[in-house]
Amino acid sequence: MPPINFNDIEVLLPLIILVIWACLLLLVDLFIPKKHKWLTALLAAFGLALTLGFTLSQLGSESNGFCATGKPSICMVVLDGFSVLVNALLLLTGLLGVALAYGYLKRMGIERGEYYTLMLFSISGMMLMAQASDLIIVFLALELLSLPLYVLSAFARSNSDSQEAGLKYFLLGAFSSGFILYGIALVYGATGSTSLSQIFEIASVGTSSLLLTIGAALILVGLGFKVAAVPFHMWTPDVYQGAPTPVTAFMTAGAKIAGFAALLRVFGSAFPNLSEDITPILWALSAATMIVGNLLAIAQTNIKRMLAYSSIAHTGYILMAFVPYGNPEVAPVSIAAGLFYLFAYTITNFGAWGVVIALEQKESKGLQISDYAGLRRKYPVLAGAMTVFMFSLIGFPPTLGMVGKFYLFRAVLSGGYTGLAIIGVVTSLVSAFYYLRVVVNMYMFAGEPKTDNEFWLRFTIAGAALVTVVFSLVPQGLFAWASRAVLKLF
Amino acid sequence: MLFSEATTTSFFSLAPWLVFAPVIGLLINIIIGGRFSEKLIGAVASVASGATFIVSLLLAYSVWVGHGQGESIFLAEWIHVGSLSLDWTFRVDSLSTTMMLVVSGVGTLIHIYAIGYMHEDVRFKNDPSRFRRFFVFLNLFIAAMMILVSGDSYLMLFVGWEGVGLCSFLLIGFWFEMDTLARPSWANSNAAKKAFIVNRIGDLGFLIAGFLMFWYLGSLQFDEVFAAAPELADTQPGIIIAITLFLLVGVAGKSAQIPLFVWLPDAMAGPTPVSALIHAATMVTAGVYLIARSAPLYNLVEGAQSVVVIVGAATALFAATIAVGQYDIKKVLAYSTISQLGFMVAAVGMGAYVAGIFHLVTHAFFKALLFLSAGSVILGLERGHHLLAHAHNGGAADHDDEEEVRRTEPAEVFDPGDMRNMGGIRKTMPVTFWLYMIGSLALVGIIPFAGFWSKDEILLDASLKYPAVYWLLSTAAFFTAFYMGRQIWMVFFGTARHEAAANAQESPKIMTVPLMVLAGLSILGGLLNLPFKGFHNLGHWLEFTLGEVELLGLDPTVAGLSTLLALAAIFISWLLYGRVTLKQADRDPLKKPLGFVFTGMENKWFVDEAYKAMIVDRYTDVCRFLADVIDSRFWHDWFHEKLIVGTYNWFSNTGLNYYADQKIIDAFANGLGRTTKYLSASVRRIQNGFVRSYALSVFLGVVLILGYLILK
Amino acid sequence: MLLEYLAIAVLIVLATVVALIAIGLGGLFGPKKKTVNKSMPYESGMMPIGPGTRRMPVRYYLIGVLFILFDIEVVFFLPWAIVFRQLGWFGLIEMVVFVAILLVGYVYAWKKGALEWE
Repeated sequence: MPPINFNDIEVLLPLIILVIWACLLLLVDLFIPKKHKWLTALLAAFGLALTLGFTLSQLGSESNGFCATGKPSICMVVLDGFSVLVNALLLLTGLLGVALAYGYLKRMGIERGEYYTLMLFSISGMMLMAQASDLIIVFLALELLSLPLYVLSAFARSNSDSQEAGLKYFLLGAFSSGFILYGIALVYGATGSTSLSQIFEIASVGTSSLLLTIGAALILVGLGFKVAAVPFHMWTPDVYQGAPTPVTAFMTAGAKIAGFAALLRVFGSAFPNLSEDITPILWALSAATMIVGNLLAIAQTNIKRMLAYSSIAHTGYILMAFVPYGNPEVAPVSIAAGLFYLFAYTITNFGAWGVVIALEQKESKGLQISDYAGLRRKYPVLAGAMTVFMFSLIGFPPTLGMVGKFYLFRAVLSGGYTGLAIIGVVTSLVSAFYYLRVVVNMYMFAGEPKTDNEFWLRFTIAGAALVTVVFSLVPQGLFAWASRAVLKLF
Repeated sequence: MLFSEATTTSFFSLAPWLVFAPVIGLLINIIIGGRFSEKLIGAVASVASGATFIVSLLLAYSVWVGHGQGESIFLAEWIHVGSLSLDWTFRVDSLSTTMMLVVSGVGTLIHIYAIGYMHEDVRFKNDPSRFRRFFVFLNLFIAAMMILVSGDSYLMLFVGWEGVGLCSFLLIGFWFEMDTLARPSWANSNAAKKAFIVNRIGDLGFLIAGFLMFWYLGSLQFDEVFAAAPELADTQPGIIIAITLFLLVGVAGKSAQIPLFVWLPDAMAGPTPVSALIHAATMVTAGVYLIARSAPLYNLVEGAQSVVVIVGAATALFAATIAVGQYDIKKVLAYSTISQLGFMVAAVGMGAYVAGIFHLVTHAFFKALLFLSAGSVILGLERGHHLLAHAHNGGAADHDDEEEVRRTEPAEVFDPGDMRNMGGIRKTMPVTFWLYMIGSLALVGIIPFAGFWSKDEILLDASLKYPAVYWLLSTAAFFTAFYMGRQIWMVFFGTARHEAAANAQESPKIMTVPLMVLAGLSILGGLLNLPFKGFHNLGHWLEFTLGEVELLGLDPTVAGLSTLLALAAIFISWLLYGRVTLKQADRDPLKKPLGFVFTGMENKWFVDEAYKAMIVDRYTDVCRFLADVIDSRFWHDWFHEKLIVGTYNWFSNTGLNYYADQKIIDAFANGLGRTTKYLSASVRRIQNGFVRSYALSVFLGVVLILGYLILK
Repeated sequence: MLLEYLAIAVLIVLATVVALIAIGLGGLFGPKKKTVNKSMPYESGMMPIGPGTRRMPVRYYLIGVLFILFDIEVVFFLPWAIVFRQLGWFGLIEMVVFVAILLVGYVYAWKKGALEWE
């Protein structure tokens, strides 16, 4: 009897489709002439859409894949509501990424088809991350998603910032991968298994072992690097600033989503019993991330760097949602809030980065905050959209960011972590300064900004702004979906 | 619908349309009337008023079909507080439908007349855009008057009472920035204010009566009040007297009786259709209606009735004497109105409610006719005047051209209402002349015109119950005939005393046709209540509401005496004014024989001056004292400025601003901001760009975490 | 049992200490006279030409990376070849997939000219 059956393929079907599509695209792209690279973009988008369709068709089904023969509880990958939700979000991220990159690449003269292929590979890695139920698969997925990102960061070869970004990311990423691997090894040593469900079983039987806890902590370190938690965040400003802007946009959203998905699955499934020890660490990480991210963003004058620090700060907010993960009453709501905020952040983020792309000129010009002066006069819609995004990032109604923050704070407070909530609120207040600084520049100073008016870019920005405002009025549907997805996890 | 069914259907439910129709009319004119032509504005308003008339007809028909059974039509809840429960309910019975018909009927005719009148008036006064406003106010008035006469409770009546008071104010002060001669002045505004304020004093009386009613009788609704009144009359008759007398105060204000009549002559400042509608035919009769409606209360207390009669009779005579000495054509008619109202009030005071209402109806007909004809005369003179002005300055100037008009304005001030400028109008404006004649004969009370029958009935009732009042009223009737004769000889006969009168032009049909209708009513109005067996139509009609009424037949003695007196008065007036045409500069022929009496008549017996000296000036003095001394110097300058503002300023400027705000709070807030910035700037230096430092930071994090875990 | 390793530990420590002493004492007490010639990098007695660090042609790197990748592929072939028969069809399909993926990469490298030397 073959160790793989049809069920296993089914579980991973969207992923498989995406990977095959990406490989084929790589080959096809070889034969597409330089002038028609838009075809590659189109094919990439089409592939993502196809995969999204398959993902959504998996709504409501639950299954495990690649299980050990004779032991159906020890499996490598899992399909459940959570994975479907995260996969859908990731594919949406991918589509938005393609839309943003399309015009930018051509404008900056780095239009090469490998961009889209690398993106697809990275997304497939992220998708695997969401479906992983074994620590080895987590690591595999982590590497699969990271390596293309390293290359993508250095995509603008002639730009030294980009090269620096790619190199730094690679070095530090490799470094942190080491920590994750060490953590996995320690966990294996403590429990004798790398499967999440088995780890949970073994851990819940005996007394808490220090080895296991340390292993878990090291895994946390590695994943913390990926999501840019303090003090593992140092790579973020340089890499985000140096990488080509669409890549940055894609990274901030996609890598974060995948990182949090892994964090959630690993800690939610395998280590709930360790919450006594891990929660204070999470608390400290969240607080430090919020504080440092917001604080350092104040001093920035380059908008990419500012948004990079802002993304660190938002990681802090989302980490808040994971702090009460060990408390079974609060955890589902809290994590649902976190997922919701991820969605809100993704949309807003893409919008904001879209505007940055619009204003960016060759050779990294047009990236200072002062370059946004006078945007209101020439491009009022663009300025308006940017204002919406800034407000959403602050958490100002009536935007999606505000709804997300509301859910987050409510969840944290119901978990009893008032101090953390206070820190969250105070830092949000502080963040208003640097977000509004952009708005002030746009509306109250005079200047002559130049923008790019490519259709998909405008479409993405407008769509993001619209969703940010409109969905903030009817967030219940999405929140319900997130809640259901999380419940099954627990 | 079968005829038999049609004859028995009732239209009571249409009652709210009495008010809705004019409101809709005025809303249309307000909202989209800006684009309408004058004819359309006038048409909308007239149609609205006409609709009210038709509804009144249908309601009256419904009452008739129901054999006099009235109905209350509930519209909406209004006040339900504690024991007070009042709703918007329309009372449709014979008395209220009579009033409705008069008001809406005469009102519609006046609307039509006003289309023509105002068309010329706004041009003479150089503001054609104000045309629309007039008709909006007119419709508003009809609506308010309808509320007044159709109310089912004293409160609803009062709402209408106030409403018509407001409309009176608005319409008297229509040309608020000028006086009657179109010179920039406060005169018209003052007249409007006077009307409103004097009315207010009357309203105070009404309100106190209302309070007493509610307190002692527990309701303001007519039926409930009248049901509870007899019991109170037995136990505490003083309260009923108080109620009725306070209601009389209200009547004195609204119906211009002594001592609150002073506003009505001034109200002539308003355009003539206003004078006709509000100050002759309808609003001023509201007081009479009030007393008639309150008949059950008045019937309980003889003493109050006597007071009412005396007030009415005194007013009738007093005003008639003043009318003799007036030179303005409208002022004569104004005092005549006050006098005739005195007749009506005396009538209802005596308990002759039918006579009073009858005279109210006929008076509406001929007084409106008179006023409108007077308006026609005035416009005729204006036309003549402008014609001359243009002729003098050469070229036919179009009145719509402001420049032209201003240039061709004559330098002298010309009063088209002064009878001393008139004369011989009979020849230049024949139609108006005949209309005026009909109206005058009706007013004077010559058989068979309407006024004869109604006035005669009042005199008859007086002769039976209050003989002294009979003599007072007869004297007043004598004067009435005299001043009307004087007016007619001065205006219409003889030769023109001013070239404007010589060139006066007849009014257009849109003005004269409604007048002809009124003239017809003035002639035939007597048929409403002929004092013969089987003909007391109005009497029988009102019996349904008022209960058993004494219906008197014709007494030839009284009738003959009154006719004789009237003819004698006309003859005397002819002797003085008709036989020899006076020149403009001539003194009035009565001046010499009557001397100071005539001076008194000319100057309205100095009532306004007396009021001013005794009341108005004293009141102004008190106000000034309060304002200047108490308010300005003490309260404002010292207490407010020095004490409160000064202290506050010190407190906020020095205390709060400097010490608290700047030193403490600002320092804190700025400090916070500076600290954050400083922190940010210093921490960011950690980000030095070296990969090794980044890796070190990761390592440090790991160390911290593991350290925490191990040491725990 | 650990006691047996004591000798090795001592050896390690001593070796380290001696090495440190040798270099350390030399650095502490020796003269520090730097001349231009002495500071130059040693190139077998010849004068160094050009900068010390020079950009290497990336071709070397490419070849190296490609070699590693396909060498590992071969390494994976070896165990598969041994249990090939036991795995049956499943094993064949699996390896075909594996090779196919790497083939994509190979075609890509070929088309992109990574296999060209010049």
